[in-house]
Amino acid sequence: MSSNADTAQAKSRSGRLPRKRFYRARAHSNPLSDSHFPIPIGPADFDYCHHYPYFFAPGSGGRSDGDAPPRKVRFADIGCGFGGLLVGLSPLFPDTLMLGMELRDKVTEYVKERILALRASNPGHYENISVVRTNSMKYLPNYFEKGQLSKMFFLFPDPHFKEKNHRRRVISLQLLDEYAYALEVGGIIYTITDVEELGDWMRSCLEDHPLFGAVPEEELELDPVVKLLSSATEEGQKVARNGGQTFRAVYRRIKLEEE
Amino acid sequence: MAATKRLLQRGNCSVSLIDDPSGPSHSDAIRSINFGPSGKFLASAGDDKLVKIWETSSWHCIRTVSADKRVSAVAISHSGQYVAFADKFGVVWLVGLDEDDAKQTKVDKKAVPILGHYCSIITRLEFSPDERFIASANRDFKIRITVFPKQPLKGAHEIQSFCLGHKDFVSCFAFACPPGCAHGFLFSGSGDSTVRLWDFISGLLLATCEVGAKVGLLQYNGTEDGYPPVTDLCVSSDGSIIAVAIQSLHGIVLLSCGFSDRTLSVAKVVTLEDNYFPTSMVLSFSKQRLWMVMGASNLPTLSTTQLPTRIRVMSGFHKDPSDYNGHDPITLEDNEIPGGKKLLSELQGSSDVTMEEAALAAAVKSSMRNMLIKKEYALERREMRKRNRNDRKRR
Repeated sequence: MSSNADTAQAKSRSGRLPRKRFYRARAHSNPLSDSHFPIPIGPADFDYCHHYPYFFAPGSGGRSDGDAPPRKVRFADIGCGFGGLLVGLSPLFPDTLMLGMELRDKVTEYVKERILALRASNPGHYENISVVRTNSMKYLPNYFEKGQLSKMFFLFPDPHFKEKNHRRRVISLQLLDEYAYALEVGGIIYTITDVEELGDWMRSCLEDHPLFGAVPEEELELDPVVKLLSSATEEGQKVARNGGQTFRAVYRRIKLEEE
Repeated sequence: MAATKRLLQRGNCSVSLIDDPSGPSHSDAIRSINFGPSGKFLASAGDDKLVKIWETSSWHCIRTVSADKRVSAVAISHSGQYVAFADKFGVVWLVGLDEDDAKQTKVDKKAVPILGHYCSIITRLEFSPDERFIASANRDFKIRITVFPKQPLKGAHEIQSFCLGHKDFVSCFAFACPPGCAHGFLFSGSGDSTVRLWDFISGLLLATCEVGAKVGLLQYNGTEDGYPPVTDLCVSSDGSIIAVAIQSLHGIVLLSCGFSDRTLSVAKVVTLEDNYFPTSMVLSFSKQRLWMVMGASNLPTLSTTQLPTRIRVMSGFHKDPSDYNGHDPITLEDNEIPGGKKLLSELQGSSDVTMEEAALAAAVKSSMRNMLIKKEYALERREMRKRNRNDRKRR
């Protein structure tokens, strides 16, 4: 097993993209199970040097202006899958750190290798994206401080059709409390799905939550990120190929209105 | 926590809680009890999925609320207006207490969910003394401080902070507001054998005391070395007395805290007789006495009326925690406790312990572990259990 990992690493370093065939995994993963992967105790323990060496290499001083505060992750892709959105966003915001969070082990490995390969074949690029294997429904506050994020993405989440499994949905009134905590006031949450029922569910959760307000259509037209929602990921491309419809809900984190 | 429903009243005699015969009674282990402001109300809740609220002047049950799942924690707000309880799935529910309820008993006024820890057992629930916040601690090492809004029945959606730093389940916590401090602080105890001090407004960890290590309780747990978990802690409202119960210590640890210079250290270890491990403690209102209970529930061999418990009382606490050198807190003998042996026999079931003390200690340990560790069921049993699930559609 370790020799496989070494050869994979070597291939990525040379710039060869990993092949999905070797990283197949089931589409579903149980967010309720107690998985055993390392979690940072708090946001201060998140290993920036490991994920973004270009910006945090020892000696480079964070590659930011001398007195500026250290960079933090600002975009989070929850359930990033094979990394399509991160790869699409990276060149649009080259100075913004982005983190993908994925529950499935093999898929996270794939994304890691993909990023390494892209960095090797495009020096100086794709240094602002990284991925971590974690259960974001339980451990989001371990990674992000209050108001740290400016964008959060939930692209084609698992619909969990059965009513008894609705509690496993990644958007719910309860979990929106935590997403509102991690997002700065004015930060934006982007959701998209091809399942109409899930689209209605997510929209009504966001609508009912006092800390989120809808982003008007005019603003969405001007947002470069919005186009990527349906085109950047494998899932999105599959939906487009099959001529399916997508259901989008984009909301802004607002301050609680005084009663 | 034993399922016995006996309590101590100010008059130094034990009192039985009077339940409404027409409504449901507690029938299974009680996991959590909490007093309301000035001891006017008591809430009890547990594995029978009932939350019962008792009025302490008459000891009558004034409200019973049924929960969907087993309840792991309960708290009453300081205004006495709301009761919050947490179920085993990590959802915190709220129910309003009306003044009218004192006159009637009503079952089934529905509670509303106000917040949740995603799929994590909540171990403790408390309101901050000024009722601006509600704090919930869970099995996954976290403490969440949520703003308690003016209209809380609509939900408590705004998270104030997370107190992150513990390396194992958080077993207990308490608020303290020393004189001269604006907001107050939070003390928490955990399975990682530490007690920590927090500024709960910002979530900042101010101080850590490695109680297990300081007291020298290193033990071999079968596969690895470790320090035993903190099982309960008890803090006076001004933060001058901090008592900590830690598994494997037959006694309690008293800590002293320097709030201004942010230090937290062991002041004194007070040992009781061998095999007495307090599982639950409470300071009397006047801070004169610390009441300790050692008990175990969920023992398959004993009936529910015969649950083993043992109560001890400690007295002689001083205002100044550094002044322990000359005057140790002393453990009262059974006949020195207010109420004396008679009280003890009513509360414990008998004045002699019904079980061998060592066996009781072992029972307490396994009871605690069972509560916090996810149960593994055999495959056939798992399938049977799935058929009985009662998940309701809920956003």
